[in-house]
Amino acid sequence: MRPKCLVLRAAGTNCDLETAEAIKIAGGDPEILHINVLIKGEKKLDDYQMLVIPGGFSYADSISAGKILSNILKNNLKHQLKKFIDEGKPVLGVCNGFQALIKSGFLPFSNEVNQSASLIINKNGLFIDTWVYLKINPKSICLLTKNSPNVIYLPINHGEGRFVCNKKELEKIFESNQVVYLYSSINGIVDEAYNPNGSVMNIAAITNEYGNVFGIMPHPEKFVIKYQHPNWTRFPNLKEEGDGLFIYSNAVKLAKKFC
Amino acid sequence: MIVNYFPVYDFSEKELIELNENLSLALNISELIAIKNYYRSEKRKASDVELHTFSQLWSEHCYHKTFKSKIVFNNEEIDGLFKSYIEKATKELNKEWCLKVFEDNAGIIEFDEEYAIAVKVETHNHPTALDPFSGAHTGVGGIYRDIIGVGARPIATMDYLFFAYPTLDYNNLPPDAYHPKIMLKRVVAGIADYGNKVGIPTVNGCVQFHNSYLRNPLVFVGSVGILPKNKYVRNPKPGHKMLLVGGKTGRDGIKGASFASISITKTTGVKYYAAVQIGNPIEEKKIIEGIIRARDHPKGPLYSLVTDLGGGGLAVAVCESFRNLGAEISLDKIPLKHLDMDPWEIWISESQERMLLAVPEENLEEIKRIFDEEDCEATVIGEVNDSKRVVIKQGESVVGNLSLDFLFSNPPKLTLNAFLASNNQNLSINEQKLIKLDYNQVLLSLTSDPNIASKEWIIRQYDHEVGARTIIKPLQGLNLDAPGDAAVLKPLYHSWKGIVISNGGNPNYSIDPYRMALSAIDEAIRNNVSCGGRRIALLDNFSWGNPMIKEELAKLVLACKACYDGAKGYDAPFISGKDSLYNEYIEGNERHEIVPTLMITAIGIIPDVRKSVTMDFKRSGNYVYILGFTSDELGGSLFYRKFGIDGGEVPNVNPERAKIIYEKVIKAIDRGLVKSCHDCSEGGLSVAIAEMCIGGNCGVEIDLSKVPTNLNKPYKILFSESNSRLIVEVAQGYEKEFEFAIRGIPFAKIGYVTSEKRLVFSMEDEKIIDLELSDIIKAYKTSIV
Repeated sequence: MRPKCLVLRAAGTNCDLETAEAIKIAGGDPEILHINVLIKGEKKLDDYQMLVIPGGFSYADSISAGKILSNILKNNLKHQLKKFIDEGKPVLGVCNGFQALIKSGFLPFSNEVNQSASLIINKNGLFIDTWVYLKINPKSICLLTKNSPNVIYLPINHGEGRFVCNKKELEKIFESNQVVYLYSSINGIVDEAYNPNGSVMNIAAITNEYGNVFGIMPHPEKFVIKYQHPNWTRFPNLKEEGDGLFIYSNAVKLAKKFC
Repeated sequence: MIVNYFPVYDFSEKELIELNENLSLALNISELIAIKNYYRSEKRKASDVELHTFSQLWSEHCYHKTFKSKIVFNNEEIDGLFKSYIEKATKELNKEWCLKVFEDNAGIIEFDEEYAIAVKVETHNHPTALDPFSGAHTGVGGIYRDIIGVGARPIATMDYLFFAYPTLDYNNLPPDAYHPKIMLKRVVAGIADYGNKVGIPTVNGCVQFHNSYLRNPLVFVGSVGILPKNKYVRNPKPGHKMLLVGGKTGRDGIKGASFASISITKTTGVKYYAAVQIGNPIEEKKIIEGIIRARDHPKGPLYSLVTDLGGGGLAVAVCESFRNLGAEISLDKIPLKHLDMDPWEIWISESQERMLLAVPEENLEEIKRIFDEEDCEATVIGEVNDSKRVVIKQGESVVGNLSLDFLFSNPPKLTLNAFLASNNQNLSINEQKLIKLDYNQVLLSLTSDPNIASKEWIIRQYDHEVGARTIIKPLQGLNLDAPGDAAVLKPLYHSWKGIVISNGGNPNYSIDPYRMALSAIDEAIRNNVSCGGRRIALLDNFSWGNPMIKEELAKLVLACKACYDGAKGYDAPFISGKDSLYNEYIEGNERHEIVPTLMITAIGIIPDVRKSVTMDFKRSGNYVYILGFTSDELGGSLFYRKFGIDGGEVPNVNPERAKIIYEKVIKAIDRGLVKSCHDCSEGGLSVAIAEMCIGGNCGVEIDLSKVPTNLNKPYKILFSESNSRLIVEVAQGYEKEFEFAIRGIPFAKIGYVTSEKRLVFSMEDEKIIDLELSDIIKAYKTSIV
């Protein structure tokens, strides 16, 4: 049984098609749906076993990236989404989706649903398209990144990806191993030199206190087959599967429990 | 809400010219007389709504008068450049894979059995000259709407940019000009903002510099889309409703089409202050999603026609879409930004992010539901009929009523004169400057020239990954910092087949416009072939000066002749194109024309993207080959320009011979014999090899005496820009197989890749160039802003 996976989009979402494709490859049954359908109540989150909020520029990133979408999540879908998360269903926010989950407060602490961190304009002030290495926190409690390789390679494509957080909350997410990936060198050395956007402590991805809500700035859905690697012509021995696919496979596996 | 009426049937020539001035119609006298006669035959006054309709539809921008005019060139009479050269080549080649060419918003060619590719490239030069950010921004928006205007989903963006040298001294900057650095940064910001937000990757482009672009920067933007063949519809019927979707209509972009058809002067900014549009990329994204959903509806496409509102706004979209039928439109139904707009303003406004659909009544409810779900306004504004007239109403009153036959049959054809003094004076090259050259320094100065130097800082501001279809990306090599030849996209998630996108063009060759155009075609195809592209379709985009000047027109004629010869010779049809004329700045009695600029876009396909090739050297010990012949062709070359040398032979092309070279390379690529491949263009073979070393983070040893050539001076071999040449890397042990695959063309094994990070070029045991890779990289990464 393929779990039903909701790819939730809004005006300006633009990574929905490749997200659906990644879910398909991972064994899920994706459905791309406009958030207005949920707001009108024509469909419910309950109809699905997994939720992905993909990247893009929802509502033009007016005010700040993901802000308007986060308000809609909070104001129109809070109870549905809270229930979805509390049941332990997998939720993945990539790039703009991560921004929306953070700004609506579902990350890092979905229990509280209060914004305690943010993703702000990159340190250089510009949109950046480049590939980055990500070091896994081996103690991370994230269910979607189980059995992650020590270092993975993914593209970033964002203008507002600089993770910032209050000191108290920052300590808390490190203590409770909610930090999942850090920008690093190819060998997993975490250093400011490998920090593309000025994120505090090189943080690229975090999870909530249960490990079922995962927010990540780089794009796992953009590297699911070998030929999306920027240097596949140099490295003929790359494995057929891209570094981002296992995240979707983990999510789909988790979602199956709710079928 | 005022409509003015004019008794033009009674107007004298002087009065017609005054009217033309007062309303900024930009019509010429024979057109004005034709209009006068039309109203005489209809025995009525002309409304301003109608006069502006003529102005928009007959503008150079929309009607392309110059390309349709009769031209007398020397003793030859040419019945329209487009018909005689561009379209003629396509017609004669008669490819079954050309599905819709020169008809709709974009050229449509076959991709596979089920899908088609749509391509369009346009310029947005005039708006960019006034407002670089908004000009470039809305240029990108316009090109996506051309693609969605044939029902295709845009999946790639291209941008070719031309500015004055960024090194221009601020003290020499005229008080009313933007500094090229600012111009460049704002244009890049505009393209990035629009493309990134709509989520369409910018995958291919170029940035070139020449001081003639100071007042007239050029911005070419292109897009590639994909559509299921059976979802293409263009079949409006009487009774179908006209549905306007997208943003509201405002005063932004009034008279954009006329503005794009004139020369720029000091007062242009004041007179056409409202001509530059304002973009809203998310509105466009909503339109795209809405139209794709309407297209892919289980019932089949819910619309019978979809078209873009671009130059000339509703006036042009309505008249062109229903020219063989008829239409009635109610201006008062149109949602407005500015409520006090006059009818003529509403009718010709070029406010962005609007599209027009024709929808059968039974589908109206469903299509409106879809757009509503997308948060996108969709309003019925009129109806298609079979009256052969366009009737424009404001409330109950008719404010315009024009014969479509007259609108489309009657802009009087011009006869233009073209003349170019034959350029036989053999400019002798002053070689004094070229003795005792420090070749190391020369190569470094070429690689650090803004035309060659790294554009990474630009490319990284563009999202080139979104959609996850970009298989060969613009930045290549170990450190992802070397310039690729072409982009390869895998448009369908379920198929390995790919689209190869490349471009060519070098305005410095315009000292010989015929060769410049042939070189552009060769370069575009060569770049495509380097990555594995074949079955190539071409797009031509001209940016020229004032065609009323005989010499400028003559250059245009020569370039068009080359387009015909090139298309025929390479067996590569033109499928779409556009011209932007009057790119000049008039200052008192002085004209500053841009150098004639022709950009060629090549669209190839590759049966299996897993066979595509990049330009970075892969492994030390591999052999380096050069394919093609190196001749004494340094006219307009970067090397000559560096040394201030005029004259010399502009690189020529023999398309038939070049075609054979490219066919053989493709064979070798398909057999997996090509480890890397890079085209030789600006800077010649030395720069090409240097770029491959940057990509491979490695060195090279090259023996120049092996290069197939009739030259003996090292500088000529190193820096000649002869066309149809490729540098190819072949793995050890595969030389014989490779040489067999390419037998019959000029080629030579000229060296090998080394792990030592040095670039060594020698000639008969004498080292000509011996450079550390790190020095080359430093030069290449010289900041151009």
